[in-house]
Amino acid sequence: MSLYEITSFVLSIISASTPLLLAASGELITEKSGVLNLGVEGMMLIGAIAGFATAHATGNAMLGVGAAMLAGALISMIFAVLTLSLLANQIATGLALTIFGHGFAALLGAGFVGIAAPTLQKISFPVLSGIPFFGPVLFDQNILIYLSFVVLFGIWWFLRKTHAGLILRAVGDSHDAAHAMGYPVLAIRYAAIAFGGAMAGIAGAYLSLYYSPLWSQDLAAGRGWIALALVVFSAWRPFWLLAGAYLFGGITYMSLYLQGLGVPIPSPLISALPYAGTVVVLVLISRDRRRTRLNQPACLGKSFHAVA
Amino acid sequence: MFRLEPRGERSQFWTFCSPVLAVALTIVTMALIFAAMGAPPLAGIETFLISPLLSVSGLSSLAVRAAPLIMIGVGLAFCYRANVWNIGGDGQFTLGALAGGGLALFFPNQAFWWFYPVVLIAGVLGGMFWAGIVAFLKLRFNANEILTSLMLVYIAQLVLVWLVTGPWRDPQGYGFPQSAMFGAGSTTPDIFGTTMHLGCILAPLLAIAIWLIMGRTVLGFQLRVVGQAPRAARYAGFSNAKLTWIALLVSGGLSGLAGIIEVTGPIGQLTTGITPGYGFTAVIVAFLGRLHPIGVIFAGLLLALSYLGGDAAQINLNLPNAITGIFQGVLLFYLLGADILILYRLKRVKRAVQAGIPALEPAE
Repeated sequence: MSLYEITSFVLSIISASTPLLLAASGELITEKSGVLNLGVEGMMLIGAIAGFATAHATGNAMLGVGAAMLAGALISMIFAVLTLSLLANQIATGLALTIFGHGFAALLGAGFVGIAAPTLQKISFPVLSGIPFFGPVLFDQNILIYLSFVVLFGIWWFLRKTHAGLILRAVGDSHDAAHAMGYPVLAIRYAAIAFGGAMAGIAGAYLSLYYSPLWSQDLAAGRGWIALALVVFSAWRPFWLLAGAYLFGGITYMSLYLQGLGVPIPSPLISALPYAGTVVVLVLISRDRRRTRLNQPACLGKSFHAVA
Repeated sequence: MFRLEPRGERSQFWTFCSPVLAVALTIVTMALIFAAMGAPPLAGIETFLISPLLSVSGLSSLAVRAAPLIMIGVGLAFCYRANVWNIGGDGQFTLGALAGGGLALFFPNQAFWWFYPVVLIAGVLGGMFWAGIVAFLKLRFNANEILTSLMLVYIAQLVLVWLVTGPWRDPQGYGFPQSAMFGAGSTTPDIFGTTMHLGCILAPLLAIAIWLIMGRTVLGFQLRVVGQAPRAARYAGFSNAKLTWIALLVSGGLSGLAGIIEVTGPIGQLTTGITPGYGFTAVIVAFLGRLHPIGVIFAGLLLALSYLGGDAAQINLNLPNAITGIFQGVLLFYLLGADILILYRLKRVKRAVQAGIPALEPAE
């Protein structure tokens, strides 16, 4: 394998991993606050079409990313109102959000099929981007790839090193105790859900404005669900999330790469690799019940209603 | 200001009325969406919800669309009652279609009367197999059933694509991704000379059967206890593993049956597009039907109408048929929101009282 091949291999894996990392980072914060939002796939699609439409209308891909972020956060508020203020079942509401997101994105996107929009440009650092291997990998990427690392490091720092992060974890582990101490449980969860929605929206924009820059209603292709599985895989720890996202990015890329090589396995079966991989990884990670129980936010999926 | 106050018991009234309220709110919202898209709102609602019901062919299409939704929805209701979150109905539907359809393709010219029932049973087993994987992974490895059942949907779809573009592709099909048409010995009989088929009769019968199992047998009782009070169930010695297996096998089998009836009936062959997301719509059907088999029948008919309405809106009003997905999502949102009235009542409170400070009455 030449240096050029290795470079393009690594670049492809980064490219395939980033949407998973973006969406999963948001969901990690949401789940740390004790809320399980299964609507990631729907929020991603809404973000993807909002970003695509805005970029098409304004000619500016960065505005598209901003719109996607807003759209993701806004749509997640439907989920927040239902589960937090109206105490609806989080599993059912998350599913509803995904179903609604599919339909709504398809409706909004009906006029955009087959149209091109401006795509996200790479940010090239002068001189540094010319270094073999490290140049293209580290200093010549689009802004969302940098953002995915900044956000990941940010949430690690937030959860581990700040008082606010401690409060968020307290809300997720015991909402009654946090409430008794005077913390606004619902307000914190609203914020955590909005952050999850915004990140899923950005992940959607990454898909529609960079990864496969044409609108199609199957754009997310289960990535939202894989992101959810990644959060379980990581046992709610940011750096394991990074490892998981890159593992899955690698599997996704391998499935494309194998199809390109013309191996004698039918291509639909190779395309099934990331989904089968998700099942295998879930099995491996969940079999230790104690580990899951120790790491999972204790109030995950439970509604909170302050009596007093 | 309003405050939610626990009722202390489930309100029977709102258990039945919250779906009605949700449907009413959904219709108002749809009218607004039609208006926003530049279509006259009333005509939009009329086209979407009423026009499909005005002809015999429309009614029989409704039954054809409702049959798979009811079959899958009843299975899901059974599953959700036990707190097992199978959302992979689409995958089990596909595997049912593949298992039964494969058998029908291998023996294309069977005139025996018993052959078609065998095809149906193969479909049921296919769905059970796919759901059985979920049960095995959940019980043996503690893997979350929501995620595994969903991943299996994608895998089933890709296996289907592989088969109809590869080994099972119709040699006379001009390269289209589809199998040969099934032989006469393995297609469902039509009913009354309409498009209605066996599934339209089986769906309500199966719903009633599941209703009897849930309400009248020890198994049904155990299932509900496991779902509502897992600790009580453990104390009573009910086997959680056994009930999880049963819940998933029953719902998988029903989805598989829906799948094989769909491909041997309305479709007539295997293609890449055998399901427009019936497995996911059936989740809404199950909730709208209050996880009750009889409720599921009505919910299935309403959601079936949303598919017909989407087609009608596309043809008559030139709107994208994604309207169907919006209707379904909005309906589930309103339903979940309205369901709060089952356990809580809205109470008007004054600011001062809410803060816990009784308002001082001026001394006489």
